[in-house]
Amino acid sequence: MSRKLLLEHINVPGINTLEVYRQKGGYRAVEKALKTLTPEEIVEEVKKSGLRGRGGAGFPTGMKWSFLAKPEGVARYLVCNADESEPGTFKDRYLMTHIPHALIEGMIVASFALGAKVSYIYVRGEMMPQIRILEKAIAEAKAAGWLGKNILGTGYDLELYVQPGGGAYICGEETALLESLEGKRGNPRIKPPFPAIAGLYGCPTVVNNVESIAAVVPIINDGGEEYAKIGIGRSTGTKLISASGNLVKPGVYEIELGLPVEEFIYSDEYCGGIANGKKLKATVAGGSSVPVLPANLTLKLANGEPRLMSYESLSEGGFATGTMLGSGGFIAFDEDQCIVRNTWNFSRFYHHESCGQCSPCREGTGWMEKVLHKIEHGHGKMEDVDLLWDIQRKIEGNTICPLGDAAAWPVASAIRHFRDEFEWHIKEPIKSQTQNYGIANYAAPIEKAPVTEEK
Amino acid sequence: MLKIEEQKPVVFSSELLAKFDDVITRYPEDKSKSALLPLLHLVQAEFLWVSTSAMDKVAEYLKIQPIEVYEVATFYSMYFLKPQGKYALEVCRTGPCCLVGAEKILDHLEHKLGVKEGEVTDDGLFSFRGVECLAACGFGPVLQISPEYTFYENLTVASVDKLIEDLKNK
Amino acid sequence: MSEKVKVTIDGITLEVDNGTTILNAARQIGGDIVPPAMCYYSKLEGSGGKCRTCIVKVTKGSEKDPRPMPKLVASCRTTVMDGMEVLNITSPEVLEARAGVVEILLINHPLDCPVCDQAGECDLQNLGYEHGLQKTRYEFERRTFDRIDIGDKIQLHMNRCILCYRCVFTADQITNKRVHGILNRGDHSEISTYIQQAVDNDFSGNVIDVCPVGALTDKTFRFKNRVWFTKPVDAHRNCDHEKCNGKVTLWYKGEDVLRVTARKDQFGEVEEFICNTCRFDKKATSDWTIEHPTHIDDTSVIASNHYETLKPLHVIQPNLALQAANEIELHKTVKY
Repeated sequence: MSRKLLLEHINVPGINTLEVYRQKGGYRAVEKALKTLTPEEIVEEVKKSGLRGRGGAGFPTGMKWSFLAKPEGVARYLVCNADESEPGTFKDRYLMTHIPHALIEGMIVASFALGAKVSYIYVRGEMMPQIRILEKAIAEAKAAGWLGKNILGTGYDLELYVQPGGGAYICGEETALLESLEGKRGNPRIKPPFPAIAGLYGCPTVVNNVESIAAVVPIINDGGEEYAKIGIGRSTGTKLISASGNLVKPGVYEIELGLPVEEFIYSDEYCGGIANGKKLKATVAGGSSVPVLPANLTLKLANGEPRLMSYESLSEGGFATGTMLGSGGFIAFDEDQCIVRNTWNFSRFYHHESCGQCSPCREGTGWMEKVLHKIEHGHGKMEDVDLLWDIQRKIEGNTICPLGDAAAWPVASAIRHFRDEFEWHIKEPIKSQTQNYGIANYAAPIEKAPVTEEK
Repeated sequence: MLKIEEQKPVVFSSELLAKFDDVITRYPEDKSKSALLPLLHLVQAEFLWVSTSAMDKVAEYLKIQPIEVYEVATFYSMYFLKPQGKYALEVCRTGPCCLVGAEKILDHLEHKLGVKEGEVTDDGLFSFRGVECLAACGFGPVLQISPEYTFYENLTVASVDKLIEDLKNK
Repeated sequence: MSEKVKVTIDGITLEVDNGTTILNAARQIGGDIVPPAMCYYSKLEGSGGKCRTCIVKVTKGSEKDPRPMPKLVASCRTTVMDGMEVLNITSPEVLEARAGVVEILLINHPLDCPVCDQAGECDLQNLGYEHGLQKTRYEFERRTFDRIDIGDKIQLHMNRCILCYRCVFTADQITNKRVHGILNRGDHSEISTYIQQAVDNDFSGNVIDVCPVGALTDKTFRFKNRVWFTKPVDAHRNCDHEKCNGKVTLWYKGEDVLRVTARKDQFGEVEEFICNTCRFDKKATSDWTIEHPTHIDDTSVIASNHYETLKPLHVIQPNLALQAANEIELHKTVKY
């Protein structure tokens, strides 16, 4: 069994209440942080832990905190990004539903470290039940003196509020989230300035993902160095992985980073293999935006070494043969799934969610969706595949925010690895409406590269 | 472009306004526009949709221009800008849910309710639509019902049938 | 921190004030080196960054941090750092990406230039000529909206809009009450008032001048004439509106003033915003004191031969290295 830092007590009855959470050692980190540590020491511990942002970009959290500007007399804000809306990712919902106090405890410690007196948790609007859970938990924590004025007699004041979103994937982008929190359309801001300088209401702001903030609790309890011992290389600690698709046991799993992908998919401790005894055809390892990989490149690197669940190993080989850990949304496709159809589906998602502010994304996402729809429904032409490639290239890197890249990568990777399936759809317009291309050679094992002598 | 005469004036109850007053305390004094999204949710929970007259009233309450409310309400996908069924069923239609049969659930709803996506049944009870990822991919197919956003996971045709019967008899 | 910073654009070095954007530094050099700007408007705070036509490549971030920037950047919103090196028309990557943006801007555009009042002074038309393809690869139905009147003098033709947000910023910053805005999202976004409502304000007519395309047009000029048949003349009057200085351009056809606009500078931006009385109600020569014919430079097809040749910049002519870098551009017989 691997170590569990966030989900250790997930199955304890009543863990969603303050009472049980306290019995299991909850709010120790708040006591330790507020009574024995300075804000700078907390930032230092988080830096030592090597914790990287769990929302998708993987930027070191401690470093992000240390960038926060601290001008005299200006309020600073911590905003938790609970807009979880990357297809394939549902870990934050799970954590907030079952252990809301873990997030609240992390928010208190992090707010103290950053000097925020008011903090917000921006939860996507569709998660109304989770908003109710969080509001109840905040009320409990406040009644018990963990929030409000003069927490634990230390003189530190903190108010924590939950803000609902209105239904927009783009609000997971931190500056769009801040715009939305200010009561505006969720249009990402043009950077610089970054939120650390001018964020919410123009004040210095840190935006962190739910899981990143919850991870601060074990880091403070056990020390950053202890946390950094878990994991592999620069991928330290544990990570919540949301597993979905054609798996025997989809769900949220806490893994130690560095776990072999094969073990994650097939061992009974995790996903338990592919559902209905079928074979694995492909995976999207880190949420819908990251490149899709065929089964063989999912399990092995191009040189035949096993691929691991870590930031580095998943991206080994770049986009040619690798992908990204992203937000940890692991989607498995069995042999009966159609990559073209799924690429179209994802494309429709990005088309629907583009904010419309900058032209390449506004117009390009719709164009890609239409071309993919055409191919999927048996009306494609051979040149459409190249056209698609060209459109995604014109979007990638040319937009205000990463949504453009997120829309381009799934299309690019699907063409890169599954071009023959696209071509089959075009050559077999009738057959492809009732049958699937199948697994082809996508699961063909990769032989370990022979060790070549150094010349 | 809406025709203004289609809109009936709305009255905000004192209970609703009290909720507004409570939301506004969360933000710095001159930043009350931040309350816009939560206020629109409260309006929708009360009236089951967000009419132009309701938006105008919200603008008046927040001391902002009506267009600022229209801009926001039309940007976000959760606000219903026309009346829906009493139970508005929203089924996730994004990749991971489709891998486990979300499209079948959508087809079944159309057949079962006898209305197309976005339309309301004759008895005014139901409307349905496909929505993008609801962040419950491991428990798909899923649907939610506004305004409480109660959640139903691991849907099958049979469980959807049962859900609809239960709602009818409620 | 020193007041002046040094920047090199396409091999041309100059010193600019700290805080200047790459685009404005290029405008100080002038000529073909200036990136096209469809959404940026120097008189409107917060504008820019959206259309992505002004993207350039930063090959050296600054003297202090010489690393190149990983992606192409919007020159209108990127501030110059001391020692920065930028490529615009000397970078094939930039030209290709810009052509991509132009293609994308045009996929849903109706291309109805023959019946559009903006034709001849349209930024999108110019951009299309200079960077676009001769044909489209988009084979789907184009997005359409109904034409609407926002007030009795302004028509909104949303099909042509490229969502530059300039008119929204204008309403926010130049008028006292904004009634139109951006509704919906993604490629359904539109400029609208949502409910039937007139944009009624002393300065509302300025949205026509800032619009880079034919989405907002002057109804008093509608279908009156093609702009290239009209003769622009600078004129002024003693306007009693406190915020209007009455300096305008009159567009004549024969003896008649067909239209009044604000005066525009060499980058197509208005010099001073004018009031609606000057714009819509003063169409007699006797209302005005005539100054002189308006200078028309080559940002418009109103000037002849604009699309035919590229005049090499004076800084490029004596410099062999720059000539080599610009070879393709210089030897084109037609500029697109």
